Amino acid sequence: MSTQELTYLFVGLSFALYIGIAFWSRARSTSDFYVADKGVNPIANGMATAADWMSAASFISMAGLIAFMGKDGSVYLMGWTGGYVLLALLLAPYLRKFGQFTVPDFIGTRYYSKAARLVAVLCLIFISFTYVAGQMRGVGIVFSRFLEVDINQGVLIGMIIVFFYAVLGGMKGITYTQVAQYCVLIFAYLVPAIFISILITGNPIPQLGFGDTLVNSQTYLLDKLDRVTVDLGFIAYTENIKTNLDIFCITAALMFGTAGLPHVIVRFFTVPKVSDARKSAGYALIFIALLYTTAPAVGSFARVNFIDSVQGLEYAEAPSWFKNWEGVGLIAWNDKNTDGMIKYQAGNTFKDGRPKFLDALGPSGERLTSNISENSNDNEIYIDRDIMVLANPEIANLPGWVIALVAAGGLAAALSTAAGLLLVISSSISHDLLKKIIKPNITDKQELFYARISAAIAIFIAGLFGIYPPGFVAQVVAFAFGLAAATIFPALFLGIFTKSINKEGAISGMLSGLIFTFSYIIFFKFISPDLDNAANWIFGISPEGIGFVGMIINFLTSILVSRFFQAPSQNIIELVDKLRLP
Amino acid sequence: MTNPISRAYWKSNIKILVSLLSIWFIVSFGFGILWSEELDQIKIGGFKLGFWFAQQGSIYIFVILIFIYVFLMNRLDKKYKKDISQETPE
Repeated sequence: MSTQELTYLFVGLSFALYIGIAFWSRARSTSDFYVADKGVNPIANGMATAADWMSAASFISMAGLIAFMGKDGSVYLMGWTGGYVLLALLLAPYLRKFGQFTVPDFIGTRYYSKAARLVAVLCLIFISFTYVAGQMRGVGIVFSRFLEVDINQGVLIGMIIVFFYAVLGGMKGITYTQVAQYCVLIFAYLVPAIFISILITGNPIPQLGFGDTLVNSQTYLLDKLDRVTVDLGFIAYTENIKTNLDIFCITAALMFGTAGLPHVIVRFFTVPKVSDARKSAGYALIFIALLYTTAPAVGSFARVNFIDSVQGLEYAEAPSWFKNWEGVGLIAWNDKNTDGMIKYQAGNTFKDGRPKFLDALGPSGERLTSNISENSNDNEIYIDRDIMVLANPEIANLPGWVIALVAAGGLAAALSTAAGLLLVISSSISHDLLKKIIKPNITDKQELFYARISAAIAIFIAGLFGIYPPGFVAQVVAFAFGLAAATIFPALFLGIFTKSINKEGAISGMLSGLIFTFSYIIFFKFISPDLDNAANWIFGISPEGIGFVGMIINFLTSILVSRFFQAPSQNIIELVDKLRLP
Repeated sequence: MTNPISRAYWKSNIKILVSLLSIWFIVSFGFGILWSEELDQIKIGGFKLGFWFAQQGSIYIFVILIFIYVFLMNRLDKKYKKDISQETPE
């Protein structure tokens, strides 16, 4: 069978499995729909959390980012795993003890205020939609490259699949499909990584292979990578480019942001007991670490392979993957010295960012662009970092079924995260807005109906994001984590670990963190992107790391403002006392 | 919290949190970022040690920390339940 047919087969089989599970685990009550009736086994919940958490960004983009960022890429590795320690120790068990359905539920009850609940709902919806947009783009890329269907049709198919198990099954359906999706995605990630590790270092364990010597040589892989990157004019692969302070703040923003992401927190509402919530966070991190410790190995292999397989080659001789991705528009070759040879070095090849392809071919048969050439360096290659994981099996000449598997894995990662996000959006609308604020008299059955309607509407909006992708998806990812760190995390933490923070303190804290982080990112990413460099940042902290500063502002504001208003009532103090006991 | 046993439980809980989070901070922000360059002078196989902590080691330790926490809290919960039942004989 051809790679194309295998891809159809693998993707088709995995989709059939997801729909089958959706029918088997339909939701019958709001408790089923919101928190899977609190009956999920901690190991299954760990897998579901891992699939929920590992998105198209983790599966498709992260190793590619690390391949090109080198040691700076550690911010993602530590940031996106270290948050689970915070979650397990500081939030999950207490929120499970609280025992309601949503994150705004906790904030609204603990701070005895509908306004606090509303602020939490707004933050949650903003964070979740930002995230969903990225997933739908991932679905589009996989479909267009591997199944050669139009991106729009790809998004539409993705929407229909998610619709089935999210609207029918709610949290229950999502949980069990996520367990299946985790298995698909981790298998699809590890198989090519193991193959490539054996090819490059002879070591079958990528985590060790990447610290091992190259096949038939005494040179360590990382030493070679350091030497090659320096020779090409980059900073050595294992050294930092960013300042320590910036790396510190980005890592912290990602960690606290992870702990404050509503779709992750809500997963811990689904297990039977408090002790299960703790255990479940541990399992989730094991399942996540399996991918996250493989990713830096994959990144270093990809960088070596990429340089080795194109550097100094005549374009006419370039491997087929190079031309395939050029066809999709994610690689471009700009033959600056018109010698017909591919030259890869440090620096941008174009002055104006992404390639804008013309409808014409150059002398060697390459796609021409209308971009302005950057002539201060000799680099002739534009490469979108997002393609490294998807292209890796082809670069390493792996068999067709591995390539097909990676396509199915990428879709599993994107769909599982999209479904989790859509669920928290719909439950915050039907439960927090409708039931708790606007129409408190609706019955359980009506609420379930509204939850399904809002899930359907949320899927529709997410689909629109995928079909008409807002150009700013990459920029706004910093938003999701920055805002979660600056708004939701402090409100939850203070709600559990202090009794003195009152509603005035919490609301002003969330708003100050929100406004500060929001304006900083908007300013540097949208109003004056030309000023977005270390010289203009406050203390040299990039917009990606500013959420950490926003979080500190939130903490200080909450504590200070609370002193000027009446302390929480005896009921609230008793509630906090109860949360703290097993 | 009026009950002294509950208060003691919470105090032990905080002690566990502070010690585990200190390790969490040292391996990631310490070894992986702040002292990473110094640790890079030491090499184990092909890995510079600071680089290894930043891209591998910290993640393994995070996993271990959560399971230590699970173990310590389960033990604490058991002790608390025993103390509480002794405190209030029916």
